[in-house]
Amino acid sequence: MKVNANIVTADDSAAELDRLAELAEDVIHRARAAGASQAEVSASVSSGLSVNVRLGEVETVERNRDRGFGLTVYFGQRKGSASTADLKPASIEATIAQACAIARFTEPDPYAGLADAALMQTDFPDLDLWHPWRLDVDRAIEIGREVEAAGHAHDAITNSEGAGVQGGDALGVYANSHGFVGRERGSHHSISCSLIAGQGDAMQRDGWYEYVRDAHEFPAFDAIGRKAADRAAARLGARKLSTRECPVLFVPEVARSLIGHLVGAVSGGALYRRASFLLDHAGKPVLPDFVRIVEKPFLPRGHASASFDGEGVATGESALVERGVLQRYVLGSYSARKLGLQTTGNAGGVHNLEVAAGSVDGSAFGFDELLRKMGTGLVVTELIGHGVSIVTGDYSRGAAGFWVENGAIVYPVQEITIAGNLRDIFMQMQAIGTDVDLRSSILTGSILIGKMTIAGE
Amino acid sequence: MDSPLALAERSLLAPGGLSTHDLERVFSRVMAPSIDAADLYFQHSRSESWVLEDGIVRDGSHSIEQGVGVRAVSGDKTGFAYSDDIVLPQLLEAASSARAIARDGNGAGKPLAVRGTRALYPADNPIDGMDNAAKIALLRELDALARSLDSRIKQVIVSVNATHDSVLIAAADGTLAADVRPLTRVNVQVIAEQNGRRESGYSGGGGRCAYRELIESGRAHGWAREAVRQALLNLDAVDAPAGTMDVVLGPGWPGVLLHEAIGHGLEGDFNRKGTSAFAGRMGDKVAADGVTVVDDGTLPGRRGSLSIDDEGTPTHCTTLIENGRLVGYMQDKHNARLMGMAPTGNGRRESFAHLPMPRMTNTYMLAGEHDPAEIIASVERGLYAVNFGGGQVDITNGKFVFSANEAYLIEHGRITRPVKGATLIGSGPDVLTRVAMLGNDLKLDEGVGVCGKEGQSVPVGVGMPTTKITAMTVGGTQAGVGNG
Repeated sequence: MKVNANIVTADDSAAELDRLAELAEDVIHRARAAGASQAEVSASVSSGLSVNVRLGEVETVERNRDRGFGLTVYFGQRKGSASTADLKPASIEATIAQACAIARFTEPDPYAGLADAALMQTDFPDLDLWHPWRLDVDRAIEIGREVEAAGHAHDAITNSEGAGVQGGDALGVYANSHGFVGRERGSHHSISCSLIAGQGDAMQRDGWYEYVRDAHEFPAFDAIGRKAADRAAARLGARKLSTRECPVLFVPEVARSLIGHLVGAVSGGALYRRASFLLDHAGKPVLPDFVRIVEKPFLPRGHASASFDGEGVATGESALVERGVLQRYVLGSYSARKLGLQTTGNAGGVHNLEVAAGSVDGSAFGFDELLRKMGTGLVVTELIGHGVSIVTGDYSRGAAGFWVENGAIVYPVQEITIAGNLRDIFMQMQAIGTDVDLRSSILTGSILIGKMTIAGE
Repeated sequence: MDSPLALAERSLLAPGGLSTHDLERVFSRVMAPSIDAADLYFQHSRSESWVLEDGIVRDGSHSIEQGVGVRAVSGDKTGFAYSDDIVLPQLLEAASSARAIARDGNGAGKPLAVRGTRALYPADNPIDGMDNAAKIALLRELDALARSLDSRIKQVIVSVNATHDSVLIAAADGTLAADVRPLTRVNVQVIAEQNGRRESGYSGGGGRCAYRELIESGRAHGWAREAVRQALLNLDAVDAPAGTMDVVLGPGWPGVLLHEAIGHGLEGDFNRKGTSAFAGRMGDKVAADGVTVVDDGTLPGRRGSLSIDDEGTPTHCTTLIENGRLVGYMQDKHNARLMGMAPTGNGRRESFAHLPMPRMTNTYMLAGEHDPAEIIASVERGLYAVNFGGGQVDITNGKFVFSANEAYLIEHGRITRPVKGATLIGSGPDVLTRVAMLGNDLKLDEGVGVCGKEGQSVPVGVGMPTTKITAMTVGGTQAGVGNG
């Protein structure tokens, strides 16, 4: 592990958070004075630097600083929202007036309102999310050059889309008229590289990226470029497959989308609209016995770690799936009330899901072992398109990857689709690997599905 | 009626005490001998949305965004910064930041000169153009209509939204231009339920027009009927076939095929960098005889249309493929300059906080001569796909997908059963060479397209006539059904 990052600890983020909190409380106070029975405010400030280097030269240098605040007011059961990126007093005044004006036209919704006051978080542990990176333009260019050059050195690489280096910090406050004020600060930094491998007239592009809370966690910069190059080169000579049914192994970067579809199908909005293929499935099996999925909101440096959700409700560690059985839904207070249930602290989404490694045989396997276990089938490394219906579970997406025989990769594959119904795809899960991808808030290894339909020639 | 420039100066520059003279001062800060181009993009944007769900107009929201983006270009290097405060000190600071890519020096831009533009849409604000009570009434009407059409409709979600965008563009090449852009949209989504099976239906549309236009033309009510029709149809759909077969695409929105299969691959940036599967293929035969595809930003009132692009260039109707041959790319100023070509009015950006790049406007294929019924009758066994969700393309290897959400089997020249949605996959440089028949029924979409590229979203349009493509891969679940 090498460390080139220049880290600062002293900053004015605490004072800036105090200013945002003061603004939020003032806006709530004024909304109440205007007649709102309840009000909530989100306010944020973020800033960053993004540099792209292509073929050794700087291509773009972008600085960003974004501000904004959004207000929701309730007049009894009537709701109105307004937001602005302009924090001047006159604009704030106009935004409050707008939200109140809208609430005069919306209709009483018996389920509308803030989450219950008793559920507000009172304990705000430090989740180690704040690691600003004092990245200057020259240093970012230097890193980008190193990353791209390492990848470009690969024999098969003929062109480049460049290397990107980004550093960013965000401060946010959520406050509501229960008196809750929650402060959050977090940094996110990334380094990416996208390269093109050529062979005759054929070109293949692939890349790699790293995404971290703390720049010290980046691996050696040249390794990112080399990995991007290896991935692009491995796709050269890709063929179509004939139409068939076979096992499919999703690598972690795409496996997490399957878990994302599960979350979508058990989320409050899909359930109360009856727009899910997993209605009324709490307490029922949705995955094979060996599968365990736990939400872990307090993971230090986790990409979605938070001690309170988008409504101020205290988050907590809790199982979503245990022995394949769905333990609960993913709810905010509005959908919970509509379903006659209690919020699960998921307004705004899940806060890190850990998918435990395992298999139908009881053992856990790494990627190479999973290949052997699959024997003959398809490894999917990329999915394109949007052919997934959460209403019916029907699934049909474009895919690229590798054909595997006797546990070994034989050739790259492209221009095929994989299809099935998510209900069956979930129940056909044979194994979840130990090769966990840490760059996401859904922490899963590769996922082996017993059988899907491949459409090709 | 004031010109867009007068309107934009009043809403964008005057509140911060700025005049166009001050903008020339900013350019003198940006320009240096090594700076080839620079521009300022001022924007003020207001938007609203109203949502009805479970029979209740339960949510309404309003937002305001404004700011200025400053860009400086030196060779193929671009420096960019923005500020959400439109006042001189912030503007000068952003200018210094953007020009950091160049060495020191002093220069000046050309004097700013106003460019006359034709207006393709009214400057009126659609948000204020209809009172809130009328918007609520529309939502309720569409909800009641959808529910009245069939008792199997269990859920209806209707939303309307509108944006009013004022932009002012000043560039060191002397460009001074402004545009005031309305955009409205109506969406209807329904869930139908029968014997425990649930299906959804969606329809919607809009354009650069007032809400009233969508209502008085009967289009809004038509979308409610259409959403219901689709959901009910899907209740009876059987599994889609898997494999390679002839595909007939219906007219209109299936034009998303063109957007994915060839549109992105013909954007100037990818071709300058040589990363597109179409790079270096100008003049080549890339489609069957008779296939002509254009990108046309000049259609009045269309969702993808612009009077001027986001660099102040008037939009064009650019021919991309003419009678099967590749003849044009879509360009912004930056890529056009580096490639020694002319800008085509395709320089677009999501907002002041984003860099412009070559983007599509309304992309469509011209009509052919065949009666659509004749096209269906020519297919022994295949798929008739009339409605699509989204698509995606890898511009480097050219592979693209797009997903049907309304499709039918064609058996012995007749449309038989509806089938479930399936993803269609193909190769951009290849698919149009297999266009076998073109209908005489060119149609543009209803106005729902959103295109994403490098994290930036912009509204677009597509269109095509009924089109037969031989041997496309259809990604259903029923292996063996379509191969016969």
